Amino acid sequence: MNREKIVFAFFIMLALTLNFGFFLGDIDSPDHHSVYELYAAIVVSLIATVMKLGDRTHVGAVLLATSLVADLQLIIAAIIWGVMTHVADGGMTTYAMASIVSLSAGALLANITSVVLLIVETMTVRH
Amino acid sequence: MQHVFYLFLRRLRAPIITIISVYAISILGFVVIPGQDNLGNIWHMDFFHAFYFVSFMGSTIGFGEIPYPFTVAQRVWATISIYGTVISWLYSMGTIFSLFQDQNYQRLTRRTRFINQVKRISEPYYLICGFGSTGSRVAQQLDKHNIPSVIIESKLKVINELATDELGLKLPSLCANASDPEVLKIAGIDNDLCVGVLALTIDDQANLAIAINSKLVKPDRLVISGTQSKATTGNLASFGTDMILDPFEIFADHLMLILTQPYKHLIYDIFINPNHNVWASPYQDTRGSWVICGYGRFGRALEEQFKKHNIAHTFISIDPKGYNAPFGTVHGTGTEAHTLQEAGIENALGVIAGTDNDADNLSTIITARDLKPGLITIARQNVRTNKPVFKAAAVNLIMEPGRIVANEIYMRVRTPLLTECFDLIRLQDEASSRTLLRMIANTMDDEDLDVWTLTINEEHSPAITEAIDEDKTVALRSLDKDPRDRELPLPAFALMLKRGNEYRLVPPPETALQKGDQILFCGQHQAQTHMGWIMRDHNTLRYIQTGKVGPDGLLWGWLKGRHQQDSGAQS
Repeated sequence: MNREKIVFAFFIMLALTLNFGFFLGDIDSPDHHSVYELYAAIVVSLIATVMKLGDRTHVGAVLLATSLVADLQLIIAAIIWGVMTHVADGGMTTYAMASIVSLSAGALLANITSVVLLIVETMTVRH
Repeated sequence: MQHVFYLFLRRLRAPIITIISVYAISILGFVVIPGQDNLGNIWHMDFFHAFYFVSFMGSTIGFGEIPYPFTVAQRVWATISIYGTVISWLYSMGTIFSLFQDQNYQRLTRRTRFINQVKRISEPYYLICGFGSTGSRVAQQLDKHNIPSVIIESKLKVINELATDELGLKLPSLCANASDPEVLKIAGIDNDLCVGVLALTIDDQANLAIAINSKLVKPDRLVISGTQSKATTGNLASFGTDMILDPFEIFADHLMLILTQPYKHLIYDIFINPNHNVWASPYQDTRGSWVICGYGRFGRALEEQFKKHNIAHTFISIDPKGYNAPFGTVHGTGTEAHTLQEAGIENALGVIAGTDNDADNLSTIITARDLKPGLITIARQNVRTNKPVFKAAAVNLIMEPGRIVANEIYMRVRTPLLTECFDLIRLQDEASSRTLLRMIANTMDDEDLDVWTLTINEEHSPAITEAIDEDKTVALRSLDKDPRDRELPLPAFALMLKRGNEYRLVPPPETALQKGDQILFCGQHQAQTHMGWIMRDHNTLRYIQTGKVGPDGLLWGWLKGRHQQDSGAQS
């Protein structure tokens, strides 16, 4: 049993589940999407990325890439959120909310890819 | 091979995760803990402001409590967060600094720097494995002539000395075991620019490994290896090592040359040592017996040569049986008077102090000279820095293994034809050598002697090949004239001509040059520059051959042609 692998699997899985929770709901309704969930998804995703820093294996490098994609999408979503609530006049719009949720959906795809890669790697190693 | 950057990232994982976690918890705390605005309403900090606040708090910049003064609960959380973030920053910085101090990390950085330095070399270079007394001399000589070299040495102390610029050499160097194929690879053994591999470590097995590796990667490339035993020599020769150098064999050979054919040795010495100084003038009587202290590798090499030339000799050894010394060897160190007397120093012509201990060797020389003044003294100098002591002892001939090998290598690398030339000189008789020596002495005229090779081809001598293409004869003599005044000869002469597989020592001046000829010239350095003009500039060549200065451009050539026609018509 490899502790590093367990911890990493935990974080990558948590990133996926949190992101999925955030994504669930009407796409343009701010009531259906909690800012706390987005925050947690970003933090967990960042930690998962750092855990793959400096990994020289091929799968490790691809995992680093996919989680970097997820970070990028989620951080952009958070920036839009911040700009809409603090900078723009009139607060959050349905249009902005829809783009935030679709960005997180993109991140969700990246998260799913990471998990699939992780499962594939685990399967090949365990056999 | 590990890359420094990846190591760096891997070490940074824990600190970065710590910082992210501490920040995440602090931010979340500020978002959750309720505050009060100016009017006393309950107010929740949003994520943006929480991130903003924690960012400047964590880096201890501190802009104060914004946007509204904090409540007690917020202040408690801020206090906890300050300690948390500052500690996580200190931890990260500590990790980074300790990484820079880490031996492994430093080794990797040096290795990466070495790889980059080797990659940046853009001209042909030599790979020198082993930076001992031989390797350092060769590197210095190459450096003096602007030929780059790459150093691999297993002793860290030596590499550090090189890095701190004590020798004034700026060469890529790596502290590693040179027999490791991975190390040879990063030193560029499969690089096209690596024109020669010099295996000069003190370990025969390592030298073998290096030579084999190089011959496998590039069979045609020059490989020179040092050797300490006959077995290694044979092994090295078996796979085509280009030059195998055993300092003791070389010295024993030279010593015999001094004793039996002094003129040949003088010629050799003039070329090898720019500031040469030889005790054995050819007029000296060199017949007599010798006392040799030390019977090891050096002793055996000497014994072989002495036996071959039937010169009487007696060995002194500390352990005649252990070293399997010949019958009649005197037991002792050679530093005491009675052992030397026992070996017959009173009737000897000379003494050779050939142990591997410099102090013993000097002591032997001084004791022997006290017993018999006028003795020829030869001492082996093992440590390079002992040179002043040996000089002060006024030893007739100092045998320095490192220098002998370095000279041979340098000669081969700089002017390969010179090695072949010496082979020819050895074949001729002493009388011709004497004539040759006189020629060299006349040419030198108290200046430093230089040797260089000229090649007759389009690249190196366009003017001469052009003339040959026009069916004009260019004699060797033409190269040897002053381009400023063709009546004056240049202070140089052709030592050897190589045409195909034929060699000719001191070719006659009237020899007609052919394409592909290689000529070894010796003389004063300035002559080389003048020869360059003759070989490249067809006007200079025409002046040398005909004494006429021709017009350079087409217009002048045409005008001159007309002028000659006119004058021809008038007469």
